[in-house]
Amino acid sequence: MTTVNEVRPRVGPWEGLQQTLTIAWRTLVQIRHNPFELGDFSFQPIMFVLLFTYVFGGAIEGSTSGYLRFALPGIIVMNMIFVTMYVGMGLNTDLTKGVFDRLRSLPIARWAPLAGRIAADLLKQAWSIALLLGVGYLLGFRLGTGIVGLAVATVLILFFALAFSWISVLVGVTARDPEKVQILGYTALFPITFVSNVFVRTDTMPGWLQAVVKANPVSQLSDAVRGLLIGGPVAQPALYSILWAIGIMAVFAPLSLYRLKKRV
Amino acid sequence: MSDVIQAEGLVKRFGETTALAGVDLSVRNGTVLGLLGPNGAGKTTIVRILATLLQPDSGRATIGGYDIMTQAHQVRQLIGLTGQFASVDENLTGLENLVFVGRLLGMPKADAKARARELLGSFKLDDAGERAAKTYSGGMRRRLDLAASLVGRPRLLYLDEPTTGLDPRARMEAWELIRGMVSGGMTVLLTTQYLDEADALADDIVVIDHGRVIAMGTPDELKAKTAAQTLAVRPVDPVHVPTVVAALSELARVEPEVDGQLVSAPVADPGVLPLLYQRLAQDGIEVTELGLRSASLNEVFLSLTGQPIEEESDDDRQ
Ligand SMILES: Nc1ncnc2c1ncn2[C@@H]1O[C@H](COP(=O)(O)OP(=O)(O)OP(=O)(O)O)[C@@H](O)[C@H]1O
Ligand SMILES: [Mg+2]
Repeated sequence: MTTVNEVRPRVGPWEGLQQTLTIAWRTLVQIRHNPFELGDFSFQPIMFVLLFTYVFGGAIEGSTSGYLRFALPGIIVMNMIFVTMYVGMGLNTDLTKGVFDRLRSLPIARWAPLAGRIAADLLKQAWSIALLLGVGYLLGFRLGTGIVGLAVATVLILFFALAFSWISVLVGVTARDPEKVQILGYTALFPITFVSNVFVRTDTMPGWLQAVVKANPVSQLSDAVRGLLIGGPVAQPALYSILWAIGIMAVFAPLSLYRLKKRV
Repeated sequence: MSDVIQAEGLVKRFGETTALAGVDLSVRNGTVLGLLGPNGAGKTTIVRILATLLQPDSGRATIGGYDIMTQAHQVRQLIGLTGQFASVDENLTGLENLVFVGRLLGMPKADAKARARELLGSFKLDDAGERAAKTYSGGMRRRLDLAASLVGRPRLLYLDEPTTGLDPRARMEAWELIRGMVSGGMTVLLTTQYLDEADALADDIVVIDHGRVIAMGTPDELKAKTAAQTLAVRPVDPVHVPTVVAALSELARVEPEVDGQLVSAPVADPGVLPLLYQRLAQDGIEVTELGLRSASLNEVFLSLTGQPIEEESDDDRQ
């Protein structure tokens, strides 16, 4: 039972990357045994698209096809925000079930467990974006720009997701159990995503609310994605989105890491 | 160099609580050290510190010559950890759980799979290997957790209360597994609340309470010191109770306890039993019960500290 393995002083960056991918793999394999999760980031956004397009679309925008054009980019952004919650929930499960301790007792890169979760999250995000665009296409949504616009939009959304994940990490590290993460997440995310221009144009709202909606990064990002997918101004909302993302990361990444260190 | 673990003066505080108040430990290569103590004694804290999960406030420790604080990465290459609560990923199958660990340790996919199957076999989980761990029973989860800590063939294994909550049969099976691992040359640090478990598995026992070492030695030394067994006699006829008390007090050299018709006394030497039996036979006293049973942890504590174990009221801790 004894094999004499050479004891090495540190993990190389390449190994760290492989460990990150292994942890990401594991996060994705989990979905197989917990298909509800797949539903959460697949059927739920599709429901939103169908619901808003066919139930509210006509009333809000005059026609369902016009509304789909307006709302789909925003729904993609909203869905991205909700999907980031899985980072926090998964992390919290690992912390409360002791899996995080097991990982920390292994000779792997210190950053791999978190990086693996976030990498898996980005894959889920990419899947959701593709799914929503596919469903949108079937319902009549067409790109007004081109493949470059689509690529830049995807990168922008993923970048924002990366930043927003850190808020989720903080909630995941702070909350006592995964259910609390979910409750906290939904309570915070509904106002953030609905008090925005995702579903309704800002100029239809009362003045005081307009100010809030305009400042909301979700609105900025939705505007940028609209510009990139259907055409329109891009530079300013994209810049604001990137600044927001950097700001969020600058605040929440160190805070999360600090809390994580305290907790374990 | 034969001490795998060497720890000196480990201190750990959590706010107001002093979990460890200066603990010294050493574990010889290829032996089992039993860390025996009641709830809240500091067992898990010691394990977590020695597994590099927690940093002590003061004191130092080396594992295989590597410092737990400055050379944690090296230490992690030598150890396997089975925590107090099974740390398996419930949304993965048993096989996936083990392959996952193997891959993290840098094994190629085929090797990780082969190792996982081998471990599932030795832990009687072959049939459940393809099922999600959330469908496992408590005992199966424990075994899977143990298997996961062995994927990398560690030199040193930490087992934090490996049998708490298992039924007697599963407990015996766990003992067999642990004995098997030790005969394979592994060094084990085992924590437990049960004296019989430490007695059955450990080469050396360290008794801790309130974050301090209160006794240490081989199981035999400790049992001798603490009179780890109790001799109990129940005469058929109540009139014989005083005679029995006299005989037992003479042989055990302590004042026996009398509870109704049951007379009992702690004894260090099991040889007292046949002597007592002869005496009773000579006097023609018939008994319905006569036997030795091992002392409970509480009785050991009583004889070591002169006080019973304090009941803790901290069920709200995380
Ligand atoms: N993270 C923590 N925060 C606060 N107090 C803690 C923490 N971990 C342990 N303690 C306290 O430190 C003391 C020792 O705890 P520890 O878990 O090491 O005991 P133990 O011997 O493993 O007990 P048990 O048999 O119940 O597992 C206890 O009083 C406990 O409440
Ligand atoms: Mg414990």
